[in-house]
Amino acid sequence: MATTAPAAPPASPTRIRRHAPWTPYAFMAPFLVVFATFVLAPAVLGIWMSLHDWDFMLPSKPFIGLDNYLALFDSTSAVFEEFWNGMRATAIFTVASVPFLVAVPLGLAVLLNRRFPGRTFFRAVFFMPYVLGVAVVGLLFRFMLDPNIGIVNGLLGTTTPWITAQPWAWISLVAMTVWWTLGFNTIIYLAGLQDIPRELYDAAKVDGASAWQVFRNVTLPGLRTVHLFVVTITILASANMFGQALLVTNGGPGDSTRTALIVMLAEGLESFRMGSAAAMSYLLAIFLGIVSIVQVLAMRERRPRWRS
Amino acid sequence: MFWLFLLVLTVIFIGPIVWMFLTSIKTNPEATAVPPTLLPSSPTFDAYEGLLRLDGAYPVLRWFLNSLLAATLHMVLVLAIASTAAYALARLHFRGRGALFVVIVSTLFIPGFVFLIPNYLIIDRLGWLDTVWALAVPGAAGAFGVFFLRQFFAMLPGELEEAALIDGANQWQIFTRIVLPNSKPALATLAVLSFLSNWNDFVWPIYVLFSPERLTLPAGLRLLQGAYTTDYPVIMAGAFVASVPVLILFLFTQRYVIEGVSRSGLKG
Repeated sequence: MATTAPAAPPASPTRIRRHAPWTPYAFMAPFLVVFATFVLAPAVLGIWMSLHDWDFMLPSKPFIGLDNYLALFDSTSAVFEEFWNGMRATAIFTVASVPFLVAVPLGLAVLLNRRFPGRTFFRAVFFMPYVLGVAVVGLLFRFMLDPNIGIVNGLLGTTTPWITAQPWAWISLVAMTVWWTLGFNTIIYLAGLQDIPRELYDAAKVDGASAWQVFRNVTLPGLRTVHLFVVTITILASANMFGQALLVTNGGPGDSTRTALIVMLAEGLESFRMGSAAAMSYLLAIFLGIVSIVQVLAMRERRPRWRS
Repeated sequence: MFWLFLLVLTVIFIGPIVWMFLTSIKTNPEATAVPPTLLPSSPTFDAYEGLLRLDGAYPVLRWFLNSLLAATLHMVLVLAIASTAAYALARLHFRGRGALFVVIVSTLFIPGFVFLIPNYLIIDRLGWLDTVWALAVPGAAGAFGVFFLRQFFAMLPGELEEAALIDGANQWQIFTRIVLPNSKPALATLAVLSFLSNWNDFVWPIYVLFSPERLTLPAGLRLLQGAYTTDYPVIMAGAFVASVPVLILFLFTQRYVIEGVSRSGLKG
């Protein structure tokens, strides 16, 4: 689960310090061994691989500098079309799903923030699909969206080609992802709502603000940090889209839903061109980094008035 | 109006899960009938019967046990290494503590797919391909567990610890007898979250596992889908078997899970 948070206040210093100098390192060691092997080493190894012609099958892996990266920008190379088709599919999915995965959870959170009996129950209901794996969700929707025997067409009385024609395939993938993951963002927004000082709402009420004005001037500014977090992790999760497209549409129709991650893993673990696949992963990561920076800069402009 | 809206939403969110189960106890002709029938006319557990035989061509029960083993190992490993590291980072003083924490936390911002290809090579070099170690260990190095527990440990009051120090306790005793027992909610949350994520993982297992009898449930379900393209009760039964443990786990611990998720977003 991709999760981050702002740094918390530092731990209060212990006044009595009675431990051997090596004690902290002994506590850190087990984690550091695993962390160095499976996080730090692969991060570095990935860069190294991306600079080499790293074919799993070849005995020698010659250094080729930035060639793997340049090939991704060279329209005559073998990988160009596949890679950018994947990037386009991932971009389409991200642009189409993020607004829903932000707006719908925000609306639900505002709804669930009201005091009514059974609030906790509904919180759990909306979160429940999130605990299912993508393998289960993929198979389930593959069945429900089947154009001939699926319950969705059955209930609607239509013959919509949900998974075999565009734009239906994108609509299906976005809708099932919203169903599956919406609870996560809802819970985060709910926690954010509970941190907005009550007095601000009381003051707004005294001023005779309408519900919309309260939402616009108190709720939204109060959720600024939460919003930034939600949008960032949602973009990151969308960029990781893999299982839904593999299981429901199998990359189709045509190659239209073959996402960047499907292309990257096929290049690396099926065609064994791991150097090229590593370059793809870093390029995608760089894109995401740029998106995040732009977003942080854009959000910084809008400080909530009551905090400045 | 308000309650009607909530009722509709509830049906939308629970409905598909119920539908998965209802389909799994239908006969195939009924599951694929047009128009669809809602309830099975004569419920049958035939789909489960074949799937849950250990020696079948698609040993769902074995996959289930593989998933259970991998997720449990993973969970235990996360708790062990994240809690010790978090303790050092939250309550002990040593050179490089701040820098180390920054390095660990900054890896949270690297998208997961960057690690897939290099980690495959590392796992291959270690001889772990097609073993449970490939499933349980690499993900345990994630920064989330350390970050999450450190925030919790840092908030514990220092007095208990000081009293113990005066009584002659060493750091290991303080950790196991004071800090861990006082952190049960945080440890339980991390346990559930790490179990869930490992149980549901799909990308990694389909590439590092090869032998049909060593697959996890999510990876095996893909084989099942390929083999029984049109036998929906069997496919839905497989999906339901994969869902039951996480749904039960969620029902019993949803307070922790939801609290853990909301904490991961802000506060600390």
